Amino acid sequence: MTATLIADTAVDVDAEGFLTEPIQWSEAIAEEIARDNGIPEMTDRHWLVVRFMRERYLTTGAAPSIRALGKESGVPVKELYELFPKGPAKLAAKIGGIPKPKGCI
Amino acid sequence: MTELLVEPQAVVPEPRTIEKVAIVVSKGSLEGVYPALIMANGARMEGIEADLFFTFFGLDAIRKDRYGKIKVATVGNPGMHLPTLIGAVPGFSALATKMMKRQMEKIDIPPIPEFIELVADSGVRLYACKATVDMFGLTMEDFVPQVEDVLSVGEFYEKAAGGEIIFT
Repeated sequence: MTATLIADTAVDVDAEGFLTEPIQWSEAIAEEIARDNGIPEMTDRHWLVVRFMRERYLTTGAAPSIRALGKESGVPVKELYELFPKGPAKLAAKIGGIPKPKGCI
Repeated sequence: MTELLVEPQAVVPEPRTIEKVAIVVSKGSLEGVYPALIMANGARMEGIEADLFFTFFGLDAIRKDRYGKIKVATVGNPGMHLPTLIGAVPGFSALATKMMKRQMEKIDIPPIPEFIELVADSGVRLYACKATVDMFGLTMEDFVPQVEDVLSVGEFYEKAAGGEIIFT
């Protein structure tokens, strides 16, 4: 775990750049992480997925599977991969300021 | 006089990431099909390109009439820790499959038909092996719509070029 500066805010991140303290997150941080990961602009659809991931993590303590994300976020799997080509669950978690999802699905 | 020899420096290769995988599915049992689907889905979740190539009994996983009926092999499977004759009792494989499916649903692993749809929607390309398709007298009509094409081995290698090949 290292301390770093994202969007002029001090945050703690793991080796892959995932926030380790979800409480340090803000929308400005999300936008900067998105830009650094190949998403120049966060659309409403991106935000829908990111907020769903974050809320699910904060209420259940675990990030949803890609299956749950596709069924329950309101964004189908095909579109998830169009929005986040490098892996929707992983990237939405990173942008949403929660730890990297641990599940296999 | 002793002379110090300069030890040759070991060449450390750059750590490489996997960018692409081609997974061959050759078995038609539950435990033959799931690992391939989980690995293909997991690859896409990491942003890795993935192809699935179904051959021999693995074709059952993409056959319309069979992919909903894939069962655990309870005979000839030492992993079951059961005497062979018990595994052979009629209905036993169906029961073991039902129990395993219930466990999988608990950890959010979808049933095979839904899983095939999920991986295809995730950008995994699904292919059937030409030799087996010809041998069993099958056509594209026999397969679920997610199957893109029937490929010869040579064509499969062309598609797999530049990636890792995994045989299950």
